[in-house]
Amino acid sequence: MISADIQIVLPEIALAVYAITALLAAVYTVKDGAASLLVWLTSGIFVLVAAWLMTNGADAQTAFDGMFVADSFSRFAKVTILLSAAAVLVMSEQYMVARNLLRFEYPLLVVFAVVGMMVMVSAGDLMSLYMGLELQSLSLYVVASLRRDSVKSTEAGLKYFVLGALSSGLLLYGASLTYGFTGTTLFSGIMAGVQDQPSLGLLFGLVFLISGLAFKVSAAPFHMWTPDVYEGSPTPITAFFATAPKVAAMALFARLMFDAFGGITGDWQQIIAFLSVISMFLGSIAAIGQRDIKRLMAYSSIAHMGYALMGLAAGTALGVQAMLIYMAIYVTMNIGTFAFILGMQRDGRPVTDIQSLKMYAKDQPTRALAMLVLMFSLAGVPPMVGFFGKLYVLRAAYDAGLAWLAVAGVVASVIGAYYYLRIVYYMYFGEETEKLDAPSQPILGAFLIASALIMVVGVVNLFGVEPIAAAAAAALVN
Amino acid sequence: MIGLEHYLVVAAALFVIGIFGLFLNRKNVIILLMSIELMLLAVNINFVAFSSFLGDLVGQVFTLFVLTVAAAEAAIGLAILVCFFRNRGTIDVEDVNVMKG
Repeated sequence: MISADIQIVLPEIALAVYAITALLAAVYTVKDGAASLLVWLTSGIFVLVAAWLMTNGADAQTAFDGMFVADSFSRFAKVTILLSAAAVLVMSEQYMVARNLLRFEYPLLVVFAVVGMMVMVSAGDLMSLYMGLELQSLSLYVVASLRRDSVKSTEAGLKYFVLGALSSGLLLYGASLTYGFTGTTLFSGIMAGVQDQPSLGLLFGLVFLISGLAFKVSAAPFHMWTPDVYEGSPTPITAFFATAPKVAAMALFARLMFDAFGGITGDWQQIIAFLSVISMFLGSIAAIGQRDIKRLMAYSSIAHMGYALMGLAAGTALGVQAMLIYMAIYVTMNIGTFAFILGMQRDGRPVTDIQSLKMYAKDQPTRALAMLVLMFSLAGVPPMVGFFGKLYVLRAAYDAGLAWLAVAGVVASVIGAYYYLRIVYYMYFGEETEKLDAPSQPILGAFLIASALIMVVGVVNLFGVEPIAAAAAAALVN
Repeated sequence: MIGLEHYLVVAAALFVIGIFGLFLNRKNVIILLMSIELMLLAVNINFVAFSSFLGDLVGQVFTLFVLTVAAAEAAIGLAILVCFFRNRGTIDVEDVNVMKG
């Protein structure tokens, strides 16, 4: 029995063993001398594990009496998480070496966070949910304050820690109420215990669980940590925050709602629709006044989480499919955008002011064009892939009878287009200012161009993501 | 006779005190850490009370996990706080304000 269980969680165990071994080996030998090697090794291992997961059979398996679920939904989320984490690690290496920031713990903390995320998306029990979430969060608190000698970075870590701990507390309180009123922590048991008329205590539990998770996906009104943490953390780490943890938290959200509370869709649907509307509008409106591009990306991610939540609020298989496609597109766009932001520097110092991009197109026409494609895609301008991501969630919401939510989404995306287009405006039409340095890192350029190309070429068939996401959604909603 | 609801009321009261401690406290970051601990322990009371009431051990197992994670969380929180203190020279909540928001 136990060997069959271990067989199922083998990818997670392999990653955890790798991280512990590498940590010990590096501590007792060359320490930071191994940092660059570890970054490349880790991203290689992430890609290998992703390939391993992709070739695994498509049938759903459960391990440890249902505490751990490996199905095509978790596989989709895990592959997205692993590939985006690998991309961010590769992008961050040179940036961090140049600023004397690269410590050997960094790639290994990312591995621990990724293991936590993989447990999260496979959770089949409130306990495995909590343990995965905490493994992820604790690693992320540390990487946020990685630049130990900077006030901003440690302040970002402190704020992230305090609000993250608060959200874990809310989530746990919800878990305890759910346990008390259903008598079990297993999702399948909760599902069986919760039918048509849930008790008041259970509804309280549900609301606390949703608030805790809304913190983790940075949905408004639980978003206040996001801008500060994004601005304060070193840029490569912001890039990591904006990608993999968002996918994991969103997938966990869907997993919990459908696997445990699938019997009372009507009760959580309205809460999530509310979170979705607030996030879309707050993200779009608050971003308008931002001058720092990292803060702007924070508000952008809040708005994007609103759209992803719209897919979830639909409460249907189509909605989950739309959410998964949206998250995959969102992550690809963000990797490209952060590849651009990582390359922004003047005299070797990182610059994050949007104004510094004025007339960027004159010096660097290719990069400016790639950034233009990404900005259009983030805004959801039709020929780009980002538009199709929005189209899917809007259609899912409309089909589920949430026409008002779909209309609100369209209005918010029009408002949001303003600040994306403003960046494009600065790059092409602004007045001349002091120039940024010419890009010196071919890897960043490659990621930027590749991401922009995907946004254009992907229009043809979205690289076949659609049927895979449909299979994943079917595994979750039945 | 002390019933389940008494435990739940105590836990809810402690939990709310913890949340208020986080938001109303304007003095010291250490107090934030204490408030977080209070919230987690309130949850533990909930779990143990439910576990005993339901005659089911899972709640107590969950409590052990929560205790362990809370210890790790406090360690990381203090470590970040020490780094912050070295840079800023203060741990007043009002001084955690380099970035607006």
